[in-house]
Amino acid sequence: MPVHAIVGTQTVPIDITLNGESRSLDVSPATTLLDLLRHDLALTGTKKGCDHGQCGACTVLIDGHRINSCLQLAVMQDGKEITTIEGLARDGALHPLQSAFIERDAFQCGYCTPGQICSGVALIEEGHAKSREEIREHMSGNICRCGAYPNIVDAIEDVLVQRGQFMKEAAE
Amino acid sequence: MLKNDTHVGSPRSRVDGPAKVTGQATYAAEFTAPDLAHAYVVGSGIARGTITAIDATEAEAVPGVIKVFTHENRPGTAWFSYKYQDMVGPPGDPFRPLASDEIQFSDQPVALVVAESFDVARHAASLVRVCYEQQPHETDLSRARHDSYEPPRKRTGIAPPPKPRGDAVKAFGEAPVRVSAEYTIATEHHNPMEPHATTVIWDGGGKITVHDKTQGVQNSQAYVASVFGLSSDDVRVVSPYVGGGFGSGLRPQHQLFLAVMASLALERSVRLELTRQQMFSHVHRPETINVLSLGADRDGKLRSIQHQAVAATSRFEDHQEVVVNWSGLLYPAENVDLRYELAKLDTYSPGDMRAPGAPLGVFALESAMDELAIATGVDPVELRLRNYAERDENDDVPFSSKELRACYRQGAEQFGWSRRNPKPGSMREGRELIGWGMASGVWEANMMKTSARAVLGADGRLAISCATSDIGTGTYTILTQIAADALGLAMEDVTVELGDSSLPTSPVQGGSWTAASAGSAVMAACQTLRETLFKQAAKIDGSPLADAAIDDVAFSDGRIVLRTDAARSVLLADAVGAGGHDKVEAEEAAGPGLIGMMLPKSHASYTHAAVFVEVRIDEDLGVMRVTRVVNAVAAGRILNPKTARSQIIGGVVWGIGMAMHEETLTDHRLGRMMNHSLSEYHVPANADIQDIEVIFVEEHDDKTSPIGVKGLGEIGIVGTAAAIANAVHHATGKRIRSLPITIDKILAG
Ligand code: FES
Ligand code: FES
Repeated sequence: MPVHAIVGTQTVPIDITLNGESRSLDVSPATTLLDLLRHDLALTGTKKGCDHGQCGACTVLIDGHRINSCLQLAVMQDGKEITTIEGLARDGALHPLQSAFIERDAFQCGYCTPGQICSGVALIEEGHAKSREEIREHMSGNICRCGAYPNIVDAIEDVLVQRGQFMKEAAE
Repeated sequence: MLKNDTHVGSPRSRVDGPAKVTGQATYAAEFTAPDLAHAYVVGSGIARGTITAIDATEAEAVPGVIKVFTHENRPGTAWFSYKYQDMVGPPGDPFRPLASDEIQFSDQPVALVVAESFDVARHAASLVRVCYEQQPHETDLSRARHDSYEPPRKRTGIAPPPKPRGDAVKAFGEAPVRVSAEYTIATEHHNPMEPHATTVIWDGGGKITVHDKTQGVQNSQAYVASVFGLSSDDVRVVSPYVGGGFGSGLRPQHQLFLAVMASLALERSVRLELTRQQMFSHVHRPETINVLSLGADRDGKLRSIQHQAVAATSRFEDHQEVVVNWSGLLYPAENVDLRYELAKLDTYSPGDMRAPGAPLGVFALESAMDELAIATGVDPVELRLRNYAERDENDDVPFSSKELRACYRQGAEQFGWSRRNPKPGSMREGRELIGWGMASGVWEANMMKTSARAVLGADGRLAISCATSDIGTGTYTILTQIAADALGLAMEDVTVELGDSSLPTSPVQGGSWTAASAGSAVMAACQTLRETLFKQAAKIDGSPLADAAIDDVAFSDGRIVLRTDAARSVLLADAVGAGGHDKVEAEEAAGPGLIGMMLPKSHASYTHAAVFVEVRIDEDLGVMRVTRVVNAVAAGRILNPKTARSQIIGGVVWGIGMAMHEETLTDHRLGRMMNHSLSEYHVPANADIQDIEVIFVEEHDDKTSPIGVKGLGEIGIVGTAAAIANAVHHATGKRIRSLPITIDKILAG
């Protein structure tokens, strides 16, 4: 079938859990998860920086894993549990990493921030960041053009320390 | 003014933080409307020539496509080129999208597909067929430089090189120590994380609300009104959050034109978001070639400075920056000759990018100073102290303030510079060569005329508004601090509204002038508000302040309090009510003023920095890391040490990118920029950035702005790349004079 016979004409039904809520959706097979969130569901907290898996601005949590949503088709999400930046704060209370980002000034323009935070939340859960160097390495899929990197590392380190997963390093 | 402040000068978290960490901050491409259509740009495949045929039949046949715009069916817009001028553009004829069949640069928009959904627009765009007649293009500066010229028309606000002083050629010839070399900086692209985007909301009746990625909502508004012949009442530009600008949002970019064109023609709302690839189809930092020659005495005292630069520009505009003037400013010499020329390329016009011009010229100057330090055997810091400028010799005026000496001293001490063994290659750890380098930074400190409004409600809440932007600089936060202090309120009781063209007038956000300018405007508006409130408070029947003068009272904790007797006070809310209205309002402008601008320049205002850098380079592989940076900055009053530090860290990260990563590569056979993605155009990632320490050197400045502020957006980047290049030499003995310093250059050296 020619591409344009599909684009814009056919949809496929999927069931997902989005930020804790069950959703049944009809999605175009050409739509990425990122565009589904931003365009169709008006969840614009997830950002588009490149659409090619090169910047991390679109990072969301799929079944707890951090994933570039621009590299996922919406139709692939059937049965998945998806958390976006809008779903991290619970009952009005910010996730500790969101608070740490504010406290450490871990952003400037804020455009990479939802992706950084989703990525950081997953990194903390992954449990394999044991030093600032490892945080830097594991956070290198998320570009911050404003250059907030040292503060992003500080914020993640703070939460790891709070959770007893990490000993605060002496000033580097 | 601003004495005994509680908020100003203290570290405060960003007031826009909660919105940004929860995804609630809304950027240009995120506004929507029920009738929203999606647009997608088709770019040209050649760099120069004409379109001989364009066929959109197949694209238009895709279900969901609304219209394909090309030069053949573009709706009429302003004819005269000057109508496309914006507030900060250079001399020339601005690019007019879809104006004709002429191709002026590769990836120039040649068609705009508008469809019911983004997928459809993108897919249909791939079906637009374009035939060209190609003409020879030139995109290679190494060839075009031979046809360089002095720009005949100067760009407003950009100082041309000063007149030569003495005889620099002769003095160079006679100097006992000489260094002379060519230094080049590659083309760079801003690549803010938010791609350029415009959402035009069709409000009906010919009125539109435009959400544009811009650093100047009123610049975008004026451009749209002028180009499309609309009254400014019919165009409102609202961009409360901007996902990074770095200069790329100073001028209206072509997506603004295209989105508005489509919206007006279709009478419905339209969104156009450029792809990352298309972000390489417009503004960029011009490739620049410097030739720099220093002649000095054996003790390093400069006798002659010659600095010539050739920078790329487009064929249709003469984009200009201050590149060479820094060499006549940072160090005094009796013989100085500075020249700045342009060379035309078949590209889109370059534009301002973080500290436009400065890191380019300063890279050359500060590399040459390092070479001079080695040639004379004088320590690099000492060499700069021996050549310390006490006056701006370019304009022959004193500095408003200049604490650069303290920057050198405090930076060197913090870094541990005294432990440096000056011999290149002498400091190593195993296979790692360690290099320590330093450089100076300088940027102009400006204040621009800006207005702000302050409204205090009977509920005791203060609303501040101004059309300026916050592109991540922290403007919302510092204005909140200033206003809260002025009225003695908690920061929570102050709201700041920015980025809306209907708010009090502001210039574009750039040049590091926003804190000084908008900050002073807010201060002035609050000052007027205080006076009104005090008068109203004193008029209240039996007012405890009835016989007080305004200088006798303080605004504190939501009250107007007599300084000598804190028991005598009036609630701000009561003072508001005493005026007979539910609010008190003041709008004021602050700026150098017409008279101030016409008087001969009485002083020069600059921010300064001393940057110290450690690099570690793998001896065999040439892999380099910048492991430590200390940047000591003198920039007048620091309003918020927390956000200020972030500004400088960001600048340093940019300096690291410039030194090591950033380079837009053009295939000159095609005249096309080839590495147009974030995987091939490298910007620093988290793992590239290690320890960055920022020192704010105390500096008092009462001339640059009424609030003592000089600005921070640019100074962080300026000296950083040069300091890294100097550190590379210290580590390896190799002098690399072209940025970025990539592994191949380190290995070849
Ligand atoms: S938008 Fe998905 S990685 Fe950049
Ligand atoms: S905060 Fe601007 S890109 Fe990271």
